[in-house]
This record gives sequence, C-alpha cells and structure tokens, in this order.
Amino acid sequence: MKSAVIVFPGSNCDRDMAVALEAIGGSKPAMVWHRDTELPEGLDLIAIPGGFSYGDYLRSGAMAANSPVMRAVKDAADRGVSVLGVCNGFQILTEAGLLPGALMRNAGIRFVCRDVALKVENSQTAFTARYDSGEEIVIPVAHHDGNYQADEDTLDRLEGEGRVAFRYSRECNGSARDIAGIVGAGGNVLGMMPHPERSIEPAHGRTDGLRLFQGLIEAIG
Amino acid sequence: MKTRVYVTLKNGVLDPQGKAIHHALEGLGFSGVNDVRAGKLIELDLAESVADEDVEAMCRKLLANTVIENFRIERQIEREPGAAA
Repeated sequence: MKSAVIVFPGSNCDRDMAVALEAIGGSKPAMVWHRDTELPEGLDLIAIPGGFSYGDYLRSGAMAANSPVMRAVKDAADRGVSVLGVCNGFQILTEAGLLPGALMRNAGIRFVCRDVALKVENSQTAFTARYDSGEEIVIPVAHHDGNYQADEDTLDRLEGEGRVAFRYSRECNGSARDIAGIVGAGGNVLGMMPHPERSIEPAHGRTDGLRLFQGLIEAIG
Repeated sequence: MKTRVYVTLKNGVLDPQGKAIHHALEGLGFSGVNDVRAGKLIELDLAESVADEDVEAMCRKLLANTVIENFRIERQIEREPGAAA
C-alpha cells in the first residue's frame, strides 16, 4: 500500500499517523508538505492528520483547505483514491468541500480530550469493514471544534445513504445527531473527529482503531 | 478603500461563545441582556478596482463558511473629490 500524510504548519498528529500507517500497512508513508502541488505517483491512501493547521486561524481547517496541496488531494479523491481525515483533517475536508457540513466550536466550549465510546453505524464502507454495524468501540478524541453541523436535508441524506460511519454513543460535543464520522458520496473519503491512530497497540490502552486501518488496507489492496 | 466584512452565525445555529459571553455578563450583574451572538469583523484594504462581486466571492470562498455563517459587506463610501462634506 502506498500512502501519504499531508503536513501543514501546525499539524501535530502527522507522525502518529505515519507510525500507524507504517506499522499496519508495512511501508513508510510519504510526508507531503502543504506547499507541494503534486502528490507522489500511484497513491492508494492520503491521510490528513490532526493538529491545529495554521493555528486554526479564521476557522479550523479554513486556511489548510485552500493550501496548494489540497488541489491535488481533491483531484486524487475524485479519481477514487482513499482519503482519511482525522480531527483537524476532518475539519479540513469539510472546509475544502470534500465532505458536507461544518465543524463548529464544541457546544460546551471546553476542549474535550478523553476516550469516547462510538457506535459503528455502517460496516459496509472501506473504512469500517473490519467492524460490525452497531458495534461499540472506544477511541480517544482531543478537540475544541468537533461539533458537527449540517442542515436537516444534508443530515437526512447522510443517514439515508449510510454515510454516517461513526456516532458518539453519548453526547460528546454537541454534534448534530451525535455524528462523529462521515464518508463522502463516493465512499472513498472519511472524516472523523476521534483518533484511530492513537488506538492501535496495547501500549495505547486500547486497540479499537487498529481495525479501521486493517480493513481499509484490505479494501484498497 | 476600506471594506468591512461582518461574519455572523446563521440564525438557529447554536453559538457557544455567545452563550458563554451572555452567561458572563449575567455573572457580572448586568441584567436585561436577552441574547448574545458573537461574530467576526474582517477589515480589508482594497484597491478601487476591486468589484463588489469580487468581495462577495472572497466571502464565499474563504472569509465565511456559508454552511453555518452569514456575511455582510460594508464598503466605505469614498467622497467624490470636491464634493461638499
């Protein structure tokens, strides 16, 4: 599997993501700087990591969504390359228009940093194939702007099309319908606030994130 | 030419910051505050040649996220040379 991790100024989960991809995928991902205008040839997966790109200036993810590399990411996503956005990566994907909706300040204003229980809503996506629908898993979150919002029609469409991948089992940050992660219309883009890369080895306390990567790697071969 | 862009959350979108400010004002003993909504003011210094449509495009593409935010553009009216104050 050939993968890349996009690095923006202020990304801080890029190395965690790289460690996870190498440990599970077997090869080191390319680290691609935000100013690059081209991605390496033949990528199977692009990961957009967590962090505080551009210091969250203007809105979380807003500046990164307009950085040079994102045009190449959009083109790759359109060609069907898998894109995984975690935390700030999810914010960037919504700001870039690759996923619908927006991630606002947590309803309780507080930064939420803890393990959260998630319900796997749809195990038929490339990202959730190793889970069972309805299964509860525990994955850590660490964010200030994770409050997912979209208009009712968009939410209904996401639910109807099975594009809600993960839902918080209990209220976490004010997200509409407790949505924690969604996939794009093409099924090859996933954005989620919880950090699966922080839950892949026993030393992390839990390994529920491991199966996301394993399933994805199997799906994209 | 100075142009101001006001970015505010759409009606119906929960504004956690506005709520916290409201709560703090009440804590300070100010009564009669019915609601607080927090927004952003962005000041642009623009060349005269920049058209209104361009400013609107700036808002739609970057300055506001129209999923959750509204924007209002206020272009400073330049007095015509020689016109009475």
